[in-house]
Parts: sequence; structure tokens; C-alpha cells
Amino acid sequence: MNKKKALPIIVVLVVMLSLALSGCTSPDNSASGSQGASNGQTVIKFMHLWPEGSSNAQYTIVNKIIQDYEKQHPDIKIQTEILGNDQYREKLKVLASSNELPDVGMTWSDGFLKPYVEGQLFTPLDDVIDANLKDNFIPGVKESYAIDGKTYGMPLELNISYIFYNKELFKKYNLQVPKTYSEFKNIVKTLNDNGVIPAAVGNKEGWPGSFWFMYLADRIGGPTLLTDVIHGKRSFDDPAIVKAAEEVQSLVDMNTFEKGNSGLSNDEAKGYFMNEQAAMFLTATWELPNYTTSPDVPQAFKDKIGYFKFPLYEGGKGTDINSYVGGPGVGLFVAENSEVKEQAKDFAAFLVKEWGDKSVTDAGVIPATKVDTAGKKLDPMYVEILKDLSSASNVTTYFDTQASPNVAELHHDLIAALFGKQITPQQFVQQTAAALAEESN
Amino acid sequence: MKAVMSNKSAIALYVLPALLLILIIIYIPLVLTGYYGMMDWKGFAPMKFIGLDNYNKLIHDSMFWKSTYHSVLLGICSTFSLLIYLAVSMVLASRIKGANLFRKIYLIPMLLSSVAIAQLWSKIYDPSNGMLNHLLTSIGIQNPPLWLSDPNIVLFAIFVPIVWQYAGFYIIIYYAALKNVSEEVIEAATIDGATPWQVASRIKLPLISPVFKVTIILALVGSLKYFDLIFVMTGGGPNHASEVMASYMYGEAFSKYNFGYGSAVGFALLLICLLMTWLIRKLTTSGEDVQY
Repeated sequence: MNKKKALPIIVVLVVMLSLALSGCTSPDNSASGSQGASNGQTVIKFMHLWPEGSSNAQYTIVNKIIQDYEKQHPDIKIQTEILGNDQYREKLKVLASSNELPDVGMTWSDGFLKPYVEGQLFTPLDDVIDANLKDNFIPGVKESYAIDGKTYGMPLELNISYIFYNKELFKKYNLQVPKTYSEFKNIVKTLNDNGVIPAAVGNKEGWPGSFWFMYLADRIGGPTLLTDVIHGKRSFDDPAIVKAAEEVQSLVDMNTFEKGNSGLSNDEAKGYFMNEQAAMFLTATWELPNYTTSPDVPQAFKDKIGYFKFPLYEGGKGTDINSYVGGPGVGLFVAENSEVKEQAKDFAAFLVKEWGDKSVTDAGVIPATKVDTAGKKLDPMYVEILKDLSSASNVTTYFDTQASPNVAELHHDLIAALFGKQITPQQFVQQTAAALAEESN
Repeated sequence: MKAVMSNKSAIALYVLPALLLILIIIYIPLVLTGYYGMMDWKGFAPMKFIGLDNYNKLIHDSMFWKSTYHSVLLGICSTFSLLIYLAVSMVLASRIKGANLFRKIYLIPMLLSSVAIAQLWSKIYDPSNGMLNHLLTSIGIQNPPLWLSDPNIVLFAIFVPIVWQYAGFYIIIYYAALKNVSEEVIEAATIDGATPWQVASRIKLPLISPVFKVTIILALVGSLKYFDLIFVMTGGGPNHASEVMASYMYGEAFSKYNFGYGSAVGFALLLICLLMTWLIRKLTTSGEDVQY
């Protein structure tokens, strides 16, 4: 009987002890916290979307910059919260609706930014840009974050998209980099005949498939087509857009993409390319670290990866292969309601400036600020892409970035449906056109 | 004690904290949601009162009714799966060998978080590299179904893990109820020559029927407002093929910034849940509770 009672007693004792111990530690913590406060230390809350696991290079750079900043400003403490891309988007919306935005955070441009600015959640940053970063940005990038002449975001990245491909697989089946769309279709056919998935795409969230659609629209209807549609100069039911949607479905019919792609996320689809099950992957330059500098990817794989520009469509109006689909990636905002607005602005400007230098050498991503490549040791693919950028004739900002959240969501749904053949190209075009028309009223 | 219980103000004092809490956390937001439903509101910009426009739009919104239909389907599926759980717990409650072990096996899915379950099943369902399709191709099926991207099957493909997830919960409830049936009654019946089948259908089932009614309501209402697995696995896609009421509400409020309309959807969801609960109570309170 005694023995039976011993166990519960021990359990109770352990619980009490652990409570007592945690009681001991928590006052310690709060003591150091209040000590910090009495030193006059200001806390800036900063939220970003580069977790250690999936974006190691960016994560490390940001951490380094934060450390440098804290060293230069002993009175300031930067508190970070880090989430993956999609979770970050969701959380930012939730925080915004309860008015609890971090002091500094990341935002996308154009359509994403607009409701936040209309809700007066972001503060204009022109003063701090003029003081610190006047001529640093690549022309045209900063403007994507401007509404009514005021700039609400400081761009960090500039992304353009390419088709990345597995050189070894191409070599194995004697394939050459395609210059025209019909050459591209032949490649798809050859790869299919040999049991290789030609291209990976994940359409659960819709936007990766939209890259294919946007490039086809660019090549068939000319580089300004989609931007004109957004600005109401042309209609979405333009024959060129119908043609682009038809081409997407004909790619699907040719088994260009892995099976069941409308149920896969971008990361899941990326797995097919990284495992060398798929030969091509149309994505933006934010993936560059995985093909150049990231220590987590085996060198053998990196050596196999090359890229080419989206091929030209025979008879299309987009005749310049140097026209890209892309756009500014994320930029930094400072919250209007921040209690430490001035410090937050200063920190954001510091981060953008430092990021410009460090992202070049350490991460291999393209910053939105001008880069002086001289004297830096860079991966050849990276140098090549910087060169492309300087000779780019046009960069069409992603359609869903330019559109309002309503239209963007619809576009994502419809792209998944288009790839899954749930709707016809005509329905795709009509439904989007109807949503755009409703909006402009 | 008696003195306290007869003192009305003391009773009020004791009830007050819990009452306040439940008012602030549940009832006031409920009313507010209905009120926000009458607003044209982005979630952070100023609100504009538009009366019943949102509710009017809701009634004519085919997408909403489609998601309601999906939620009701899920409700029906989970209600029928209760019968399976009941059968399983009947077997477990009779003294068979290893009942203890099986009880734990059924309980384990309940210990996993929904997101972990969603990740697990997404991997199982992966069209080319998933366990399920590997198995199907290895036994000679050339084109196995694309579980999460075929709009015709995606809904049922998601129902499987949902039903699986809650198995342990209901089995435990039934198991406890069955263990409560007094041994004497069963023994008396057995002596009178009742077969095990008769014992189960004439004694055990009627005696636990109140519990069964409660679980029907739990399963039905739980299904109507179900959200997590669906949100993580497909996000309601592809193209709304697996959209349920709660994910539709989320999409409207947080992806499209139609907070007002999202609130209206949420309020409608509440009304539908209330209606269902009332209906089930109406249908199941016909007979008196059985006693032996």
C-alpha cells in the first residue's frame, strides 16, 4: 500500500519543485529586463521572412547586420520574429487587422501595399531615404512602393525570373538551350519520351504557375500587355491573353509539368527539381543561393544548374528576349503607430544599405540597391545575371503584385484551375476580366 | 455552505467572474461579428455601414453554398463514422486480449497536432513520390488518382485524415460510457439466455444512447466549423474544390481583405450551426432515456 502511494507523492513533489524552480528563474529574467529598461534601452520589433532553415544565407546576413547595428547603438535592442513566406503574409494581415504591426517589417509592392497605406498603417519614408539612400536604388524599383508621391517601403530585393535547368539531364538527351518556343516544346517532348518530368511547378498557391502564363502573355502580346491591363488601357480578354492561356493548357496536355501540380506547394514542386526528377524550373532569382552559395546544397548539384531566358514565341509581339517578368521582392516598412518610429526608420535604412553590400557577396541574391561588382569575388552565374539586368529592356512586375488583393486571389485560384484543366482558357479570361471590370467601377 | 447557497448576492458574486469572461470572450464578439457583417470594411481602414447588403450578397453567393454543401457532406461523413467508432469501442470494452494496446493505438492520432497530421497526409498523398501512389503503382495501377489535385476526389481524400484524426476521441467517450453500464444488468441478461448480440443491441446501446446523441451533435457541429486540416493541406483548393465554410470565411476576410463580408459568412456559419444543433436535439429527444 505504501509503495503504491509513493508514486503519486513523487509526482506531486516533482511538479512542485519544477514550479518552484521556474519561479526562481522568471524573476531573474524580469530583473534583467527591467535593468535593460532602466538603462534606457529601446526595443525595436522587427519581423522578417527568412527563416534559418529555408533561407539560411539571408537569415545569416540579417543577423549579422542586426548585431552590427546593436554594437553601434548600445541603447537599442532589435527583437526579431521570423516566419516562412506564406505564413508571414498571413500573419501580417492578422496583425494589421488588430493594429499590432511590428515596428519594422517586410512588405511587397504595388497591390499588396495599397490597403495598408490606405489604412494608414505604414509611415512615409521619403525623409530617411533622401538622407541616407538618395541615389542608391536601381531606377524604377523604389517607385513600386510609392503611392501618391510618397514612398512607403524601402526595397531590398529585385527579382527577375528565368528557366533554370539541369545541364546534365539536357546533355544526356542532347538538348540545346531553346531560343524559340517551338524548340522549347521539342525539349519537352524529348524529356517526356525519356521519362523525365520536363518542368516542375507547384500550383497550390497559384503564383508559380502564373509565371508561365505571364511570360507567355509577354512573348505573345508584347511586354507592356499585362501592365496595360492593370492600368485599364487594355482589356484582359485581349486575344493575346486568350492565346497565352491556351498555350498554358497545351503545355499541360503535353505533360510538361509533374502530375497533380495543382495540389502541390511551390516548395514541394521545387523538391522535384532539386531531386533531379524534373529538368526545368521557372522561378525567380531569389532561388539563386540554392544554385550558387548556399552551403546546404551539394556542390555537385549546383554545378549542374544553368539558366536560360524564356524563349521567344514565333509570331508573337514580344520580340525581345531581354524582356523579363519580375519585380521588386520584399521591402521594409515602418509602422505608422510605432512608438519608436525615428529609431525604427534609422534601423531600416541601415539594414537596406548594409544588405546591398552583403547580399552580393554572401547570399548571391540581387539587391534593389546598385552594386559595385569590381573587386568582389562572385559566382559566375551571379555576374551573368547582373549583366542581364543592366541590359534588360523591360521588367514586367508580376501581375498578381500589381493587381488588388481581390483580383490577385482570384488570379491564383484560376491559375490552379487552368493548370488542372478545371476551366477553359475562355472562362479563365472572362472571369478575370469581369473581376477587373467590377473593380474599376 | 447552506447559508452561502441561500444568499443570492453571494451566488451572483461566485458566478460573476466566469460569466464576465465568457461574455467578453464569446458572446460579445459573436454579436460584434454579426454587426461587422453589416459593414464594408477592409479590416483596418475606416468602416462603412451598408446595412444588410453583405447578407443579401451571401444568400446569392453560389461559392458560399458550395462550401456549405461541402461542410454538410463532412458532417454526414463524420456522423456515419461514429457508428464505426461505436463498433470498435464495443469490441474494446468487451474483455478481449490486447484491448488496452488497441485503445492506445486508436488514441495516438489525437495526440498529434492538426498541422503535423496535415503534413503527414500531404506526404502520403503526394502524386508521384507519395507512399500511397507508390503502393498503387507497385500493384500495377498505371495512373493512380491525384488525391489532392483532382477536384472530384480531393474532398474525400481530406475527409479520411479528418475522420482518422478524431477516431481516438470518440472511441474514448464510447469506451467510458460502455464501461459505465453496470455489470449486474449484463450478467442477469446472460443468465436469462441473452446472446452477446442481444446484450449489445438491447442493453448496452439503449443505455449509452444519451452519450451517442451528444457525440452526434459534437461531430456535426465540429464538422460544420472545421478548418485546420483543410487549410493546411489544400487551402480550399484547387479552385475551391475543397472549400468549406470556415476556410471560405478565412479567405474572404484575410486573403481578399473583405472583412465585412467575411464576418457575414462567419455569422451565417454560427446560425447554421445553431440550427443544426436544434434540429438534432429535436430529432433525438423523442423517447425517454432508458433505464433498467
